[in-house]
Amino acid sequence: MTTTLYLAAATLLLANAGVGAWRIWRGPTSADRMLAAELISTSAIAVLLLLGAALELPALVDVALLFALLAAIATANFVTRTWTLLHEDRSAREEARRD
Amino acid sequence: MALSWAFDLLLAVGLIWLAWQTLFGHHRFAAVVSFMVFGLLMALVWVRLSAPDIALAEAAIGAGVTGALLLSALGRLPRHPEPRHLLRPWQRPLQLQALAAAGMLAVWLGWVAHRLPRPGLAREVASDLAATGVAHEVTAVLLNLRGLDTLLEVAVMLTAVALVWSLGPALRSFAPATALPGLPALTHLLHPLFLLVSAYLLWRGSHAPGGAFPAGAVLGAGGVLLLLTDSVPWMHRERYQRRLRALLAAGLMMFLAVALGGLLITGTFFAIPTPLAAPLILAIEVATALSIALMMMAFYLYGEPGR
Amino acid sequence: MTELLAWFGSALVLIGLPFFVAGSLGLVRFPDVYARLHALTKADTLGLGLICLGLAVQAGSLAAALKYLLIWLLMLVASSIGATLIAATALACGITPRTPAAPTSERPAPRRPTAR
Repeated sequence: MTTTLYLAAATLLLANAGVGAWRIWRGPTSADRMLAAELISTSAIAVLLLLGAALELPALVDVALLFALLAAIATANFVTRTWTLLHEDRSAREEARRD
Repeated sequence: MALSWAFDLLLAVGLIWLAWQTLFGHHRFAAVVSFMVFGLLMALVWVRLSAPDIALAEAAIGAGVTGALLLSALGRLPRHPEPRHLLRPWQRPLQLQALAAAGMLAVWLGWVAHRLPRPGLAREVASDLAATGVAHEVTAVLLNLRGLDTLLEVAVMLTAVALVWSLGPALRSFAPATALPGLPALTHLLHPLFLLVSAYLLWRGSHAPGGAFPAGAVLGAGGVLLLLTDSVPWMHRERYQRRLRALLAAGLMMFLAVALGGLLITGTFFAIPTPLAAPLILAIEVATALSIALMMMAFYLYGEPGR
Repeated sequence: MTELLAWFGSALVLIGLPFFVAGSLGLVRFPDVYARLHALTKADTLGLGLICLGLAVQAGSLAAALKYLLIWLLMLVASSIGATLIAATALACGITPRTPAAPTSERPAPRRPTAR
């Protein structure tokens, strides 16, 4: 019973992440796109944990642990990249925002 | 059953859509973010194909480091790129021919993959497992039975570092701690965990999914976080350059030493004697993981430090 | 006891799901970056937290349960600090938060052609 429940939950989360992916396409600012990526990575962690519990694969918890650890890297990188762009050139403001 | 079909279908549709967005989207930043998400979904696909080892590597390298690398490279591209190159009239038939050739190649590859013997070489690996010094099949193949492939992979990474460094001087990122107090806090909080998780993966590699590549990638991701906050100034100093290069090559050197030692003792290149296999493989794994971590950081400098 | 824990764990997982749905709904429907950030962090912290807790309750060993909780803790750190970083960056890029005086922060900006 729980297997079906967790598989259904994982499918729902994946579909939900797909809805969030619309933001990557739409934007309009780069911060919005990063937010969508963050939502999808959180959903991927939840999906991995649920799949690991449903299919009894303990190795998936390690994959989820890696995702959780590396989630911060993308955000930190986006932030420093934008600040470096802003620092180099004030006129890059519009660029850093949209691009 | 229907549920797992629905899950796989969603995954496949999402992958194709993201691949399309990455290649043909008109917005560069959106393309990079699509690629990062593509890496995430790819790890899920490997999980569904029951390959947790590749899922680990994909999670560590695809989701963590490659996306971040592309994102920073984006900032180095010219602000206003030239208008997109349109195809000239004489190129149109060539394009069709190239498409047809690629399609035929894909069909041929699919046919060859379909005709591969099943279930592969799993039985042969399992029968030799006792002599390899490790208890996990994937690690046995990567570091003992087909160690040569892994050696070449490390050599390819080292070559890539040399190529990136030949492009120019290193860049330093700008992240003011006064405006972004969260960034140093993030580094301080996460750094012990990066060390812990990579040691855990390295240790797990001998008997379960894990090993040198994911461990090195995780450690490298932690190093990238340090570079982002500009907290490894020694990498840019003149007097550490020789040491840095020696450390970068350490994994490859260790590998080569073991391979040549095998040649001397048994007469075959990369034949590790069984009683020595377990400690030697551990030594290779530690050296390769450290080198891979440093290479990840080296990519991230975008140029030769200390120049 | 085990059966009770299994029911409790499944219930926690089920309670966690709506936070993810709310997060993506907010991401799609909310008017500006700051509001979307607010919706998203609920999924990161509460949604994932409840799922981790639900699975940890049913875990076979203490080590496995602690691993679930470690994942949650990591996401708490990454998501909450990441949210402040993204908000500070958006502000530095000149994206003004939406206020009652200027209810639409995004619309007045001229829509530049996105093709480049």
